[in-house]
Amino acid sequence: MRISTLAYVLKQGFKNIFNNKIFSLASIATMGACIFLFGIFYSILVNVQYSVKEAESNVAVTVFFDEDIDDARVQEIGGLIASRPEVSNIVYVSAEEAWEGFKVDYLGEYAEGYEGDNPLEGSDNYEIYLKDVSKQTELVNYLKSVSGVREVNHSDITANILSNINTLIYYVSAGIVAILLAVSLFLISNTVIMGIAVRREEISIMKLIGAKDFIVRSPFVIEGILIGLIGSAVPLVAIYFIYTNVIVYAVDQFSALSDILKFMSVDELFRQLTPVALILGVGIGFLGSSWAVHKRLKV
Amino acid sequence: MITMESVSKSYSTGVPALNNVSLHIDKGEFVFIVGDSGSGKSTLIKLLLREITPTSGRIIVNNYEVNKLRRRKVAKFRRNIGVVFQDFRLLKDRNVYENVAFAQRVIEVPTRQIRKNVPAMLSLVGLAEKYKAKPKQLSGGEQQRVALARALVNNPPILLADEPTGNLDPRNSWEIMKLLEEINRRGTTVLVVTHNREIVNAMRKRVITVKKGVIVSDEQKGEYIDED
Repeated sequence: MRISTLAYVLKQGFKNIFNNKIFSLASIATMGACIFLFGIFYSILVNVQYSVKEAESNVAVTVFFDEDIDDARVQEIGGLIASRPEVSNIVYVSAEEAWEGFKVDYLGEYAEGYEGDNPLEGSDNYEIYLKDVSKQTELVNYLKSVSGVREVNHSDITANILSNINTLIYYVSAGIVAILLAVSLFLISNTVIMGIAVRREEISIMKLIGAKDFIVRSPFVIEGILIGLIGSAVPLVAIYFIYTNVIVYAVDQFSALSDILKFMSVDELFRQLTPVALILGVGIGFLGSSWAVHKRLKV
Repeated sequence: MITMESVSKSYSTGVPALNNVSLHIDKGEFVFIVGDSGSGKSTLIKLLLREITPTSGRIIVNNYEVNKLRRRKVAKFRRNIGVVFQDFRLLKDRNVYENVAFAQRVIEVPTRQIRKNVPAMLSLVGLAEKYKAKPKQLSGGEQQRVALARALVNNPPILLADEPTGNLDPRNSWEIMKLLEEINRRGTTVLVVTHNREIVNAMRKRVITVKKGVIVSDEQKGEYIDED
């Protein structure tokens, strides 16, 4: 394709937007609102997931060994556990370390009378951290079957809650995205259909002159893509400023929540959100306009 | 250049718009196609432009077998035919130059070539000085000249004029007809569909008369034949 043809098609795409100002603005505004809502939900969901992942990383399964087990078997069990795909990290805690930890956590100054004793003798264990807490039951069942393992401690409730939150987030976000996608597709295709109606005369002349399908159709597809692009870029800027200020405000005002809520940095969030929103906007623009052109522009 | 062999066309109502029409037009001819409303002239034009396909028969235009033409070849085929209409069909938001250049842009002619071709074509139709004017600033005759320039700028071997003088006063009508004659002298095959008896009778060209979907007369140096 010639550069002059490409320039012509692009120019016509821009002109379509200006010639059809009211509908184009309505589409950009609606697209912007959809992408804005998407961005807000995305930011919330990503941050909730971020907090959940942080919480997940603190959920551990603890494995205790038979009393007569030798060190070689303990190490062997450690190797078996570490090789499991669902395991992210494994930490060996000796009986002495377990007792020291217990004293710090529960006894404090009252620990003085226990000097020289270790009531947790035989409580050396592995703390196992998982990549995905939904796999905890599977791992626990496996651990119980390993020879030399006396007891496996775990929290089904925590694991299940976290796993359910993750699933809920996934479905809620998928639902929101699907609804917004459908609304935006409908609006953009309507705008393009309106543009086709406005330019019906010009299109009929182009066809009679012998313009190829590509030349007739592509300005409308470009119009849709541009609406999608503008409609996604504007709300991204708005979300950037809102998000930055919300984090600062939340951290200042609700410092007590900082242990529960872990905010993703704005840079990290926008590394994910920017390509997703732009691809979504351009994609919706392309699909909406292509559908309209396919339906209403027989060449 | 143009051949129609036993061409018939019926629409969904079942009424035949054209019935077993055969004709042949040689390269460089100037032909009037005349007939009353509903006689089948519009169907004939649509068939030649491949806007519709015949129910039966064979149409050959500049070596293209139109009835067998694949959809993706239609655009290239249509570059063989320049078309002008009674209502000019100019783009109102563009000036004279842009209206003519439009015909070249949409078939991907390089910009440098467009800058040469458009002024030359505007000179031919006598509108070189009005290249910046918008259609609404022009008279009917001038608008039809712009439409002619747009139809001819891609140098098609055939020019199809559908009632080109239908919206013009007698003086402008004659100017357009002189221009069509000049274009024909330069080698373009010209088909003019018209109701204008005075012009047809005065120009003494080939006249094909269509009545109720059938060719009722085809005469060299013919005249407008009355309906009854």
